[in-house]
Amino acid sequence: MTHKTRIASEHAGGPADSARPPRNAPAISSSPSSAARRRSHRRAWLVLAGLVLAALAAFVWSLSAGALPVSATDLFNAFSGGAGGMESDIVRTLRLPRATAAFACGGLLALAGALMQVLLRNPLADPYVLGISGGAAVGALGAILAGAASGWIDAGAFVGALGATLLVFGLAHGDGSWTQTRLLLTGVIVAAGCGAAVALMLSLAPEGRVKGMLFWMMGDASSVSQPWPALALLLAGLAAALPFARELNLLARGEITARALGVRVGRLRALVYGLGALLTAVAVTTVGSVGFVGLIVPHLVRLAIGNDQRLLLPATTLAGGVLLCAADTAARTVVAPIQLPVGVLTALIGVPVFLFLLARHPR
Amino acid sequence: MKMDARPPILEADRLAVEVGRHKVCRDLDFTLQPGDTLVILGRNGAGKSTLLHTLAGLREPVGGAVLLSGQPYAAWPRGHEACLRGLLAQSQPDFFSASVLETALVGRHPYLGRWDWESPEDEAIALDALATMGLDGFADRQVPTLSGGERQRLSIATLLVQQPRLYLLDGPLAHLDLHHEICVLEHFRKLAAGGAGVAMVLHDINLAARYASHVLLLDGAGGHIIGSADRVLTAERLSAAFGHPLRAIADGERRLFVPV
Repeated sequence: MTHKTRIASEHAGGPADSARPPRNAPAISSSPSSAARRRSHRRAWLVLAGLVLAALAAFVWSLSAGALPVSATDLFNAFSGGAGGMESDIVRTLRLPRATAAFACGGLLALAGALMQVLLRNPLADPYVLGISGGAAVGALGAILAGAASGWIDAGAFVGALGATLLVFGLAHGDGSWTQTRLLLTGVIVAAGCGAAVALMLSLAPEGRVKGMLFWMMGDASSVSQPWPALALLLAGLAAALPFARELNLLARGEITARALGVRVGRLRALVYGLGALLTAVAVTTVGSVGFVGLIVPHLVRLAIGNDQRLLLPATTLAGGVLLCAADTAARTVVAPIQLPVGVLTALIGVPVFLFLLARHPR
Repeated sequence: MKMDARPPILEADRLAVEVGRHKVCRDLDFTLQPGDTLVILGRNGAGKSTLLHTLAGLREPVGGAVLLSGQPYAAWPRGHEACLRGLLAQSQPDFFSASVLETALVGRHPYLGRWDWESPEDEAIALDALATMGLDGFADRQVPTLSGGERQRLSIATLLVQQPRLYLLDGPLAHLDLHHEICVLEHFRKLAAGGAGVAMVLHDINLAARYASHVLLLDGAGGHIIGSADRVLTAERLSAAFGHPLRAIADGERRLFVPV
């Protein structure tokens, strides 16, 4: 043994080492503050239950409202395999896929937004901060410009989204260090580059294709035929994120704190980054880059139930689904027969709500 | 079971630490036993925080080894090390709001399983720690409404909730008023007397002289002096380390160091 500066041990004793220290349990105090915490938990569960009901209501509205109003009885018949008819067909083959797609993508975007806000420790982060929507737009518009069929447009969007994600990750990760600022700036720069490419394609596109391109960019659920992959991914994504919810709480408090408390920050960040990118890419591929859901919804939910990710993640997912499902129904009914792109509606709702929140909570 | 040959709480073995090209220390050897309080002193940028993070196992040393209760960090089962050593980091800005109690409960993380929620016992531990730091009645306050000193005490309370054996404190007195400075140092003295080990970065030499059993003085150029507080804390050594002349004044049994 090398010579050591021997620090005297006058106080021997203490708990036996190598055994996990015991969980000290002082007398349980029934203090008012722990009651307050229980109250806030009860409130959070109530909010969750309310969101489940709201999701059901949004679905019922979405399935019944439209050019052909469908009554509750017909809705019931459509799903219980009762007498067919036009109402049943419309509900099952047109409205249900569309409502499901809107709900799933709203949930995907809101969940991805909540994850990105924790990952970047930035309340202004949204699912698109890492250039995902820009990349998807470049891919999708490129496919539209080339006159590709709709399946290829989706494929182009997906490849573009993941391409942009990998590009941002690679550039920001170049020397192995990882700072939130650097990731954010790289994302902003890549998004700006994608924006220029999109503008270029729009100006080069023939007249007939520009409208389709604009609709794609603003977000639109009308042409969705297969909503089930998005819904399946939503469930899988939530199931993948929830086991790490308490670790995400620590990550939101800073890297050093999280690591000192035993969180494997590198692995957790890779998971959150990959999951957030995948969820966003699928949402953008399905309904286009719908704005503000991923930014606004986590904030609204945070105001209602606080920032415990164990409750926030499921609540945000539900609330995002409800918002987009309702917004999509409104988009196709308020000025019917004209269909608005749903992204315009979420932005029109989102901008004033967000400005209101910012003004009310000065930091 | 090794009953009498208990390993020290913390051991540095020929430890070499660098930040970029800056050398913090080379061949640093020491053992920290239960009851010891080691104070790390040095000028700005000497690498005190980096060294503390290395001792906390958050950073790989360039050379040598750090042993926590006799084992390298890598040898502890994942997450277990957080039950043995806690780190008070320099305060970082909060971007999301949370209540004081929620924040203190974060210290229970190492003891909870993946799907566990904090129990009433955990809550009692957190409330106890808040009271120790003079934050009773603050449990429901939102953290952004606290003053700088109150936030610092909340960070210390969160560390106490973790109940480690080894406390690593990076500037525990930041933003604290005189009264709370002494309260905090007295509390860690009590924890050390109860068998904990404490290593902390301080900027106040006189408080270091009063509370340290041992002092590590970094000279900012890769050299260091370590030993008992009496031996290391001399006007001559401190003047050299801080690059500013200091004078020792006797005050009864105590020595006070004042800048010239």
